[in-house]
Amino acid sequence: MSPAAVTAMQQGLQSCETCHLLSRPAPGVEEGRCPRCDEELVFRKPDSIQRTWAYLIGAAICYIPANLLPVLTTTTATGKDSDTILQGVILLWSPTGWPLSLIVLFASIMIPSAKIVALVYLLISVQRGSVKNNAQRIRLYRMVEFIGRWSMVDVFVDTFTAALIQLQPLMSVEPAPGLLFFAAVVVLTMLAVESFDPRLIWDATSAKEVSI
Amino acid sequence: MDSQLYNEPVADPALIACPHCDLLQRLPDLAPGASARCPRCDRELWRRREDSLNRTLALTLGAAILYVVANSIPMLGLTVVGRQAATTVLGGAMHLWENGPQLVAVLVLFTAIIAPALQILFMLGIVLGALRERPPRWVGTLLRHHPTTRTWSMIEVMMLGVLVALIKIADYATVIPGVALFILWVLVFLLAGIQASFDPREVWQRIEWADGAARRAVTDGRMAGETS
Repeated sequence: MSPAAVTAMQQGLQSCETCHLLSRPAPGVEEGRCPRCDEELVFRKPDSIQRTWAYLIGAAICYIPANLLPVLTTTTATGKDSDTILQGVILLWSPTGWPLSLIVLFASIMIPSAKIVALVYLLISVQRGSVKNNAQRIRLYRMVEFIGRWSMVDVFVDTFTAALIQLQPLMSVEPAPGLLFFAAVVVLTMLAVESFDPRLIWDATSAKEVSI
Repeated sequence: MDSQLYNEPVADPALIACPHCDLLQRLPDLAPGASARCPRCDRELWRRREDSLNRTLALTLGAAILYVVANSIPMLGLTVVGRQAATTVLGGAMHLWENGPQLVAVLVLFTAIIAPALQILFMLGIVLGALRERPPRWVGTLLRHHPTTRTWSMIEVMMLGVLVALIKIADYATVIPGVALFILWVLVFLLAGIQASFDPREVWQRIEWADGAARRAVTDGRMAGETS
């Protein structure tokens, strides 16, 4: 990195998150407003690390019932049958349906857990003031940000399956409590991504460059 | 009200900080279609679009029409042993509201119906406002909230979910894909097209400022004469 690398914060400038205008707070004022778009300006998202941890812990707690409780209950003439997300994946596995089964496996089970692990790694590395692998860490953050929404797939699958299969008394499908926890995991991890400030990844490096 | 504490903008409008690593840098003048990236973290800072407002307007109008049609006709149906069933997008959320976790029904309603509607409406307002000679203040308000509606508008995710549900149901019954299903697929591409043709920086540069100062008419990326 060139030695001239300077951040806006080091120059006392605030970058607007919304319209990207660069501006200087009035003397003695901590947090002003963007003169162009009226957004409240901060140097870094307030309490970013604590809030991201809070959302992540919530998501990790919900992840357990989301995977253990059934998301769908099927009622047929012979009785009731409940399926968890993983059982749904297995049911979908067939000579023709296996690609979709893999998509649900990735979107519903792997992506939420990978998101939690990735954000925990980013948080810990930021809190320890790491100056290594910045480029990889920011790429990881962007990947998590991009891929997170796809976890919602299973919520939509269950919604429309339940809405359509209403063939009483032959067969009917109803959503089950696991779906609530699963949706909570998706929403909480998305909120965690939004509350994390990616600029924190670079702050330790920026501070070091200036002190040299 | 302490909302009067506006920051003082930097003199050079091309000076920006990377939103992902805060590196100070000067945006180059870009040709339409070209993009600028942060040298430190590789984040795309600005991509200048060609004929951005007109193209975005055309795509948004198309999306608005398709949205209305797609939500008023059945998306998915089935027949089995002489019985029929069909559902719209809203029908799916309503069924969940009556039978399932209601919070999830609200989430489905929000991500599949409300957020996409707001996304399209906000964009329509932004583009129509920005086509005026001097875009008014409310364009900025819409532009400020548009990214949130985009984050939570999940039509493309819903379409993948519908595809999976369709395959699942095909085991028990004959599935009838509704016309809305095809319209929604087109809508997914139009929404992506809006994202690819819209240039928020262009609108921000011409907008009326929140601090009410008349001095900051920016033309061609340069500050006009300061009068205040």
